[in-house]
Amino acid sequence: LFFSVCVDITENELAYLECIHLFVEILDHFFSNVCELDLVFNFHKVYLILDEFILAGELQETSKRAIIERMSELEKME
Amino acid sequence: MNPFSSGTRLSDMIRAIRASKTAAEERAVVRKECAAIRASINENDQDYRHRDLAKLMFIHMLGYPTHFGQMECLKLIASPGFPEKRIGYLGLMLLLDERQEVLMLVTNSLKQDLNHTNQYIVGLALCALGNICSAEMARDLAPEVERLLKFRDPNIRKKAALCAIRIIRKVPDLSENFINPGAALLKEKHHGVLITGVHLCTEICSVSSEALEYFRKKCTEGLVKTLRDIANSPYSPEYDVAGITDPFLHIRLLKLLRVLGQGDADASDCMNDILAQVASKTESNKNAGNAILYECVQTIMSIEENGGLRVLAINILGKFLSNRDNNIRYVALNMLMRALTVDSQAVQRHRATILECVKDSDASIQKRALELIYLLVNENNVEPLAKELIEYLEVSEQDFKEDLTAKICSIVEKFAPEKIWYIDQMLKVLSEAGTYVKEDVWHALIVVITNAPHLHGYTVRALYRALHTSCEQETLVRVAIWCIGEYADLLVNNAGMLDLEDPITVTESDAVDVIETAIKHHTSDVTTKAMALIALLKISSRFPSCSERVKSIIGQNKGSFVLELQQRSMEFSSVIQKHQNIRSSLVERMPVLDEATFSGRRAGSLPAAVSTSGKSSLSIPNGVATAPLVDLLDLGSDDTPAPTSSGANFLQDLLGGDLMQPSAQPVSGMQPSQAGADILLDLLSIGTPAPVQNGSTNGDLLSMQDNNAPIASLDTISSTSPTASSSMMDLLDGFGPTPPTSEDKGPTYPSIVAFESSSLKIEFNFTKQSENPQTTDIVANFSNLSPNVYTDFLFQAAVPKFLQLHLDPASSNTLPANGSIKQTMRVTNSQHGKKPIVMRMRVGYKINGKDVLEEGQINNFPRGI
Repeated sequence: LFFSVCVDITENELAYLECIHLFVEILDHFFSNVCELDLVFNFHKVYLILDEFILAGELQETSKRAIIERMSELEKME
Repeated sequence: MNPFSSGTRLSDMIRAIRASKTAAEERAVVRKECAAIRASINENDQDYRHRDLAKLMFIHMLGYPTHFGQMECLKLIASPGFPEKRIGYLGLMLLLDERQEVLMLVTNSLKQDLNHTNQYIVGLALCALGNICSAEMARDLAPEVERLLKFRDPNIRKKAALCAIRIIRKVPDLSENFINPGAALLKEKHHGVLITGVHLCTEICSVSSEALEYFRKKCTEGLVKTLRDIANSPYSPEYDVAGITDPFLHIRLLKLLRVLGQGDADASDCMNDILAQVASKTESNKNAGNAILYECVQTIMSIEENGGLRVLAINILGKFLSNRDNNIRYVALNMLMRALTVDSQAVQRHRATILECVKDSDASIQKRALELIYLLVNENNVEPLAKELIEYLEVSEQDFKEDLTAKICSIVEKFAPEKIWYIDQMLKVLSEAGTYVKEDVWHALIVVITNAPHLHGYTVRALYRALHTSCEQETLVRVAIWCIGEYADLLVNNAGMLDLEDPITVTESDAVDVIETAIKHHTSDVTTKAMALIALLKISSRFPSCSERVKSIIGQNKGSFVLELQQRSMEFSSVIQKHQNIRSSLVERMPVLDEATFSGRRAGSLPAAVSTSGKSSLSIPNGVATAPLVDLLDLGSDDTPAPTSSGANFLQDLLGGDLMQPSAQPVSGMQPSQAGADILLDLLSIGTPAPVQNGSTNGDLLSMQDNNAPIASLDTISSTSPTASSSMMDLLDGFGPTPPTSEDKGPTYPSIVAFESSSLKIEFNFTKQSENPQTTDIVANFSNLSPNVYTDFLFQAAVPKFLQLHLDPASSNTLPANGSIKQTMRVTNSQHGKKPIVMRMRVGYKINGKDVLEEGQINNFPRGI
């Protein structure tokens, strides 16, 4: 599975490597041992997570716990 | 519920699509679903709208057109429930982008949602706004966002801050409204809000310079303190990544500090301590730590000068370079290239490591390392560096070889400490990777070779040896053939041996053998073969004993299908057979090619004039041609070995058209031009404007122009010029009648005093032959007006393009006190009747060993001459 991130040329590449790593960790926690199928069938949930993680092209939240909590709240609303 | 509406659930549709084995099957499934969705939209079906849009989004992600669903998004957004709004906003962000006009219709819904009581819905709206709002929407909704920046819920504040970033990007003028709220955000404790606040402030600073000043004054201290707190904070499970608390926040803070510190000494001072702390204390065994160090190094290099910090930064980069992880090395190489402008000494220290990176297996690291090395080369380190790079050339991969060769050639050329080293290195490169060497590079090599007369013997012997080992490198073969042709006599006689050489014995027939092999070799292309033919002609002239053999080799190409080769072999055979008397002067040693002109032309600029300096092998008393003086002559005649077609056109332009010499002039000193692509053009070369002929002494193998150089500034004086001739035939025919002597006097003209000074007087006496009005015979009378004896007397003259000048040897080159000597010359005016003769002259002689030079312009030729 490949993750592609489009970044500005002046950005710190190593930092975005960390970002991807964090994102995958969140996905893993949320879907419990995430696999590709999870992402395909639940794409709207993936977008929900993404919306909490990155907005307007910048990092929004760095705490995994905070994002997971927020996701459970949102799930309840649905 | 409509029983005919789309019954499949989202997951079923996805499963069906994934199960399709061919693209056609998938298209069929998608088409069916789209039809169902369209039907459902037409019926305005409320219940399944949610599901329909989800399906539509999936179809969109696969790449199919889905514009018919856009209005559905709007309807969903307008619904009251959270799930519908959620899907509606998601659809909005996926299916639309800011260029669509439909987006404007959402503005009102967004406004309502931004004011909603349910904070999750507010969050949704902010999200959508932050991701795709357009400039008009930004203007309309900015006040709402501003208000929300102060909302009590941190999640909303976060989103509002990021939304503000988008607004500022779209409408930079609005940034002023966000300065104060942004500054307030910097004091937050919540990491999420803090990081978004930092983002916002960075964006504001990049847009507005007043804001930058404001932040610089007010916030730098606070930021430094925050960074210090984070760096020193104890372990926190929530934000910990690989042992570091919230590396993202570290990095963002460092970036903002960079923006604030750049260009401002006070702000930079503030940060020095914390930067030093971060740079030294951060662990670098994990990526997170390296990311922080990288950002720190970038910040240090951008802010105002601090020697200690800079050294620290470059050391960190050095450590990065030795890291096994390719990412880290890549990043370090990039950063080092930027650091070169700041502190190149420090970067030089890491030269060895960078050199190792050139040999790495990863292509992008190889490339960057090579570029960095190229920038690091200077006079001191060029020799070991070149040596290493050439050694690596032997083992490098094919696709990298070209790059590497180009860079090596460039380095060697720019920084060569002495000619012999340059020639050696180029020989190695040619032997190794000759096929990758570009045209102008080996042309430049030849120019340098001609300019180093003491190295001719060495070079030709080295090339001869190299040819035996690496004959498949085309470029090497070409350079070798040219040199062997030119300097064959040096090769055979072992002339000009340097101390470090081993003697080799090469016989004349060995030399011919080598060239014959080159012609017959199956990989030789037309250029090489053409060059070989010329080289054979030169050899046949230098070693007359081989003439027969050479003739037969050349003869084998008479039937060649390639026009160039056929023509050459015909012409050269003819020369060898029937025209031995001119052969030697045809293939005389090349004049030294002028490096300045060559590099000027290479750079695309037009040289003002060309001065060629003759080689000095034999000196001939007096009968001498003149040096083309700069302003008058445009000798397109320096046979640069780079006769590109632009060069040839340039020649034509310079020489301005037809310059046929109808009269029978001995055309000695003709140099057949260098092999090159436009050999034909050169042979037909529209020749030179003012070929200055010397009174050549026939039968002299290396008949040379005189190189009497009384003036230190001129290297040598004489020039040779490939003269015009429309074709070889004309040239050869032109030898028939001997130059007419002045029997048949035509109209007489008064003699003139061409030049007079206190020490010397020159008179010209004119005669013309009646049948040839264009040609004038001049007898020059040089009178010594002083009581001193002039020795080594040398008269030189230059004439403009449309004239041809021929000087006979003077009666003597010692001028006794109050005595005189005579010299005859002949001028042919191709513009006879239209333009008068003008001449510039220079006289050089010695009085008691001291050099004297006099020069002047002769304008007083009688009219009608």
